[in-house]
Amino acid sequence: MNTDTHVLSVLVENHAGVLNRVSGLFSRRMYNIESLSVGVTEDPTVSRMTIVTSADGDSLTQIMNQVSKLIDVKDIKILSLDNAVLREHVLIKVSGADVAGVMQICNVFRANIVDISSESMTAELTGAPSKINAFISLMEQFEVKDLVRTGLTGLLRG
Amino acid sequence: MKLTGADIVIECMLEQGVDTVFGYPGGSILNIYDSLYRYSDRIKHILTSHEQGAAHAADGYARTSGKVGVVFATSGPGATNLVTGIATAMMDSVPIVAITCNVTTNLLGKDSFQEIDIVGVTTPITKHNFLVKSVEDIAPTIRRAFKIARTGRPGPVLVDITKDATGNMCEYESEIQDTSVERTIESDENAFKAAIELIESAERPLIYAGGGVIAAEAAEELKRFRAKIDSPVTLSVMGLGAFPASDPNFTGMIGMHGTKTTSLAISQCDLLIAVGARFSDRVTCNTATFAKGAKILHIDADRAEIDKNIKTTHSIVGDAKLVLERLAKTVKQQSHTEWMESIYKWKEEYPIHKPYGDSFTPQCIMETVNAAIGRDSIATTDVGQHQMWAAQYLMVERPRKFITSGGLGTMGFGLGAAIGAQAANPDYVVVNITGDGCFHMNMQELATAAKYELPVIDVIINNNVLGMVRQWQNLFYEKRFSNTTLDKKTDYEMVSRGLGAQAFTATNKAELEAAMAAAVANRTMPTVINCITNPDDFVLPMVPAGHSIEEPILDIDEC
Repeated sequence: MNTDTHVLSVLVENHAGVLNRVSGLFSRRMYNIESLSVGVTEDPTVSRMTIVTSADGDSLTQIMNQVSKLIDVKDIKILSLDNAVLREHVLIKVSGADVAGVMQICNVFRANIVDISSESMTAELTGAPSKINAFISLMEQFEVKDLVRTGLTGLLRG
Repeated sequence: MKLTGADIVIECMLEQGVDTVFGYPGGSILNIYDSLYRYSDRIKHILTSHEQGAAHAADGYARTSGKVGVVFATSGPGATNLVTGIATAMMDSVPIVAITCNVTTNLLGKDSFQEIDIVGVTTPITKHNFLVKSVEDIAPTIRRAFKIARTGRPGPVLVDITKDATGNMCEYESEIQDTSVERTIESDENAFKAAIELIESAERPLIYAGGGVIAAEAAEELKRFRAKIDSPVTLSVMGLGAFPASDPNFTGMIGMHGTKTTSLAISQCDLLIAVGARFSDRVTCNTATFAKGAKILHIDADRAEIDKNIKTTHSIVGDAKLVLERLAKTVKQQSHTEWMESIYKWKEEYPIHKPYGDSFTPQCIMETVNAAIGRDSIATTDVGQHQMWAAQYLMVERPRKFITSGGLGTMGFGLGAAIGAQAANPDYVVVNITGDGCFHMNMQELATAAKYELPVIDVIINNNVLGMVRQWQNLFYEKRFSNTTLDKKTDYEMVSRGLGAQAFTATNKAELEAAMAAAVANRTMPTVINCITNPDDFVLPMVPAGHSIEEPILDIDEC
């Protein structure tokens, strides 16, 4: 993560249109979204959004202030590698030509093979973004057919 | 007691003390209009010619009364016609609640007749909005909508209710609503300490106040604070009225068409205290050179305004009334005689009011109107040259007496706003300063003013051109007057009479005086006064876009 990338953990009311309000705010104020993941929390009336954005310090304050102004936003925190557990999930489908080679890389990363056919193999991995990036770059030698990342999600430690 | 959703909507209006709503009926909102029929002894509905006029009227009602304005419209085009009015209110932080009705729940999402996702459409231009699909949610949602509209930095809230929800019944219990404004200060003691230190060490302070002072009812506190720190005051166009125009310590308006005195004060002050203002691009002109020798103290109700456009030295987030009151109490009495003397000298050297002899100039028109309307009056404006002339030359002495579309710059705003202002202030003289371009945008609302016997006075600065755009074409487009010469065949007197107004034409000061006298005397009919002026009168001073506020064009020969 470079110094300009920030992870925001935003608690919002869980009802229709909230995602639109938050993402619309980012687009109309020219803020950048690198990834956004959202899901319900232990309280079914509340969802948590994890937003990865790139911004300098002043812009980050602006983003925090503007997001906080939305009526549906209940809380906003900055997550970092120091204060939070950050995870991402990837599914990657590669050619099935070199089963042993794929298995070897997957073993090193403790990735699971979740689908296999004569043409292709699909592996899954959960981890910090740096680990996911390293895994993807090593898997590229096996001809990547499809790839999906969930975007970052995380929780404060302690 | 069991009531229909529509009756609950009206009951909720009564809970909030709403006495007047502006709007236009239609298919989806039929149930609510049926309730209005039965509640007509307790709530007045003003039927405009177009929903946009109703939205501007609710806005003018809110700005001049300090209460929440209310507008009703039906689904689809009724709702989309509100959009410009809602956006105008959003940009100027005006508390309005818009109630729209949508098609029945089972028809939502099917491109049904007159169906529009108005919540989606208005999300970027409302403080918040709601879609209500069940009758049980109507009362709590409307109560919340009013609270959101008036709390903190005010703004418009839209509540879209499906037609079936307005027809269904549920249990309703009237609740007494606290309609007073909750005032809070977010910043802590340290912020005040830092602010006081800044103020007490300043030698050349300048207060720049905006609409937030008016919204917070803080004009008296501003006066006391100013006296304590011995500083000149400038106002944004939204702030006009927050400080008396006739006060010797007022430097005039700030910004692209602000006074030279203000420009000099901005460039030479060592502390700029912004209160309830947001450093709009029309104020700062060029942010790199704006107040570059000054420290900046920013006081605003909205934390997101701090450091948004201009980097501040210190800030206090909170209600302007509370913050100014506290600062006025705690700051030691300051004296800046030398600085104040230079302000008074500049005011004499660069007066905004100048002799105009016999010519029928915009300044002559504004001063004549100002003299005719007296103290208990409200001025609204449309947008363009006439708006800036009104801002420069009308002497606005008190808050909520100068109503203009400052942020969005909405042509066609003025007449609707004037209708709302007159409905809220029946005993006041309400004058709308407009241009011949703007007049054509919403003149159909003259019929509304006539029908409800609202004696608004429409003063048209008729120069036969879209003057502000022409001014830019004059200065920056080598006089290529593309589509700004109007040359309309409109007979202003005839069309005004046709819509139920009395009408006059003025080509000189004496004719305008006579027309204004007739207008002010008539308390049952709107008046239109068509003032014929020169197409090449300029709004001056002017800071061209991107230039430094320190170097306004004062005279057109300089260009």
